[in-house]
Amino acid sequence: MNGSNEYILEIKNLTVNYDTEYGLVRAVNGINIVMREQEALGLVGETGAGKTTTALASLRMVPEAVGKVEGQILVGGKNIMEMSDRELENMRGKNISMIFQDPMTALNPVLTIGRQIAESIQIHEHVDKKTAMERAKDMLEIVGIHRDRAQDYPHQLSGGMKQRVVIAIALACHTQILIADEPTTALDVTIQAQVLELIKEYRNKYKTAMLMITHDLGIVAEVCDKVAVMYAGNIVEYGTLDEVFNHTLHPYTEGLFSSLPNIKNRTKRLNPIPGAMPDPSKLPEGCVFAPRCAYATQACFQTDQENRFITDTHMVRCSRYQESGFKINRGNTK
Amino acid sequence: MSTPILEVRNLRKYFYTNRGTVHAVDDVSFSVEKGHTLGIVGESGCGKSTVGRTILRLLQPTGGEVFFNGENITQLSKARLRERRKDMQMIFQDPSASLDPRMTVGQIIGEPLLINNLVRRGAEYEKAIRKLMSTVGLAQRWYNTYPHQLDGGRRQRIGIARALAVEPKLIICDEPVSALDVSIQAQILNLLMDLQEEMGLTCIFITHDLSVVHHFSDEIAVMYLGRLVEKAPSEELFENPIHPYTKALLSAIPIPETAEKNQRIILEGEVTSPIDPPAECRFKKRCYEKTDACENGEPELTEVVPGHFVACHRCQYM
Repeated sequence: MNGSNEYILEIKNLTVNYDTEYGLVRAVNGINIVMREQEALGLVGETGAGKTTTALASLRMVPEAVGKVEGQILVGGKNIMEMSDRELENMRGKNISMIFQDPMTALNPVLTIGRQIAESIQIHEHVDKKTAMERAKDMLEIVGIHRDRAQDYPHQLSGGMKQRVVIAIALACHTQILIADEPTTALDVTIQAQVLELIKEYRNKYKTAMLMITHDLGIVAEVCDKVAVMYAGNIVEYGTLDEVFNHTLHPYTEGLFSSLPNIKNRTKRLNPIPGAMPDPSKLPEGCVFAPRCAYATQACFQTDQENRFITDTHMVRCSRYQESGFKINRGNTK
Repeated sequence: MSTPILEVRNLRKYFYTNRGTVHAVDDVSFSVEKGHTLGIVGESGCGKSTVGRTILRLLQPTGGEVFFNGENITQLSKARLRERRKDMQMIFQDPSASLDPRMTVGQIIGEPLLINNLVRRGAEYEKAIRKLMSTVGLAQRWYNTYPHQLDGGRRQRIGIARALAVEPKLIICDEPVSALDVSIQAQILNLLMDLQEEMGLTCIFITHDLSVVHHFSDEIAVMYLGRLVEKAPSEELFENPIHPYTKALLSAIPIPETAEKNQRIILEGEVTSPIDPPAECRFKKRCYEKTDACENGEPELTEVVPGHFVACHRCQYM
């Protein structure tokens, strides 16, 4: 349609602003993301980076009363910003669906879990209630819950099981694109391992593309093949897993890595990033990371940053790379 | 060997509910030497926070004894206990829930000073508070602000300053960095380690995050459903875990590296209910190494290698 059929999801110059009583909150500031079939992209960043807003915008779920969304979001070549409500409903759950962070609030407490899974199947596959329920029970088995528990209500399940139900809902109609917003953050590590394994198996089987939103670089290394690092509404580094992890370019990405306690090499002190993320209603001029950056020069505080491709696939948003031979420490020691 | 500053013997805490008795902490014993850090790890509901709270008698223990500097504090009267608590402080998980929203930063940090009659209101009081603020890296301009005006990292610094106000000897940190982003988490961990070194503090560090506990602790105790299942020096536990649960837990940590991945142990089966648990190993239902012997009562914590304790039936026959 738009000649971009090789991408199943294309986010072009997305900007999201929230109009609040404290002023205009600039949550997402002109980001670009493309996803091919079967690809798993990790969207990494800390609280307030704009990760969840990006996810919500991809489903056109940013509350319209307060959120102003600009840019294009193409799902299978169609711009969802121009879709009717009817078209949107057909797309959500079928072409693109979402696993929410908190399974405790994502489920409806007064409906059985079977009903909640069947609902999406009924809407998209136009089957009768009974068939939909049978399919829902099949889904429960896929996520490792006994089919007899379809009659249970969410409060009867443990946290890990609730998250499996949320996953079953998202996957019920064999979606092409799965957006997972911190799917394991609310879970214990051993349960997290089970859920990640489940997502991996499912992706291998159905070739689903996935946008994995997380703050945990360990999870990214585990399940993703590409990584986008977000900071204060911008994607500051974007590349393959190997590029971002082993040939890190952006000072913020470097800071994230050195903040983590290393389980293999126990050093006495960590190297945190000084300061805190800027208030998104008062973003600094020039580079948004400059106030916390060890490499910042005078110019960084004044000039707007541009996306710069160092290789065909590896992008960095840092003007220091204008200078030939500029390198950050992580790159040097590796 | 020096005498431990804290000794916990057969500590038990049960909660009585309509559905039966929850064995939140069941027969837990350990000791911590002065200046050392003990990490307690485990997943939600394993009783790690309850252990911390019961030691400070924020919860009254159902059984067992806690000795602080050789004194049994489980039976102390309220007045004596208040005096002892000067030596034992706690840093809580959620900095927004553990700070009174109607008090300013200065008032929160100063409250323990007034309660314990350490200083009187006045110039000296303010000076003491300002000194504490600079110790934990809080800018002086926050003195009159309220906690909700500050971000999570700064709020946790208030919690730390409040705990330090009475110059305690022992600090129990209950998930002090879990609510924080990684870059802020690293700042707070560094602060805690510096303070510990400067003041010679003894710490109990309660967390679910294994990489954090590994970084911070001299010794680590692993809890599962109210019981200690393994206890060893930090390096030893990570290099040579023995209990099947510890092995699964360690293998489940996602490592932020692209290099070869560890073989992951995925646990199956249901978690045993902590309500009136049967007299068998509590990990049995999820254990991938279980034998018939695992039904013969609850395994005792046994020293398998010097300094390395494990509660597993299989080890007792090793």
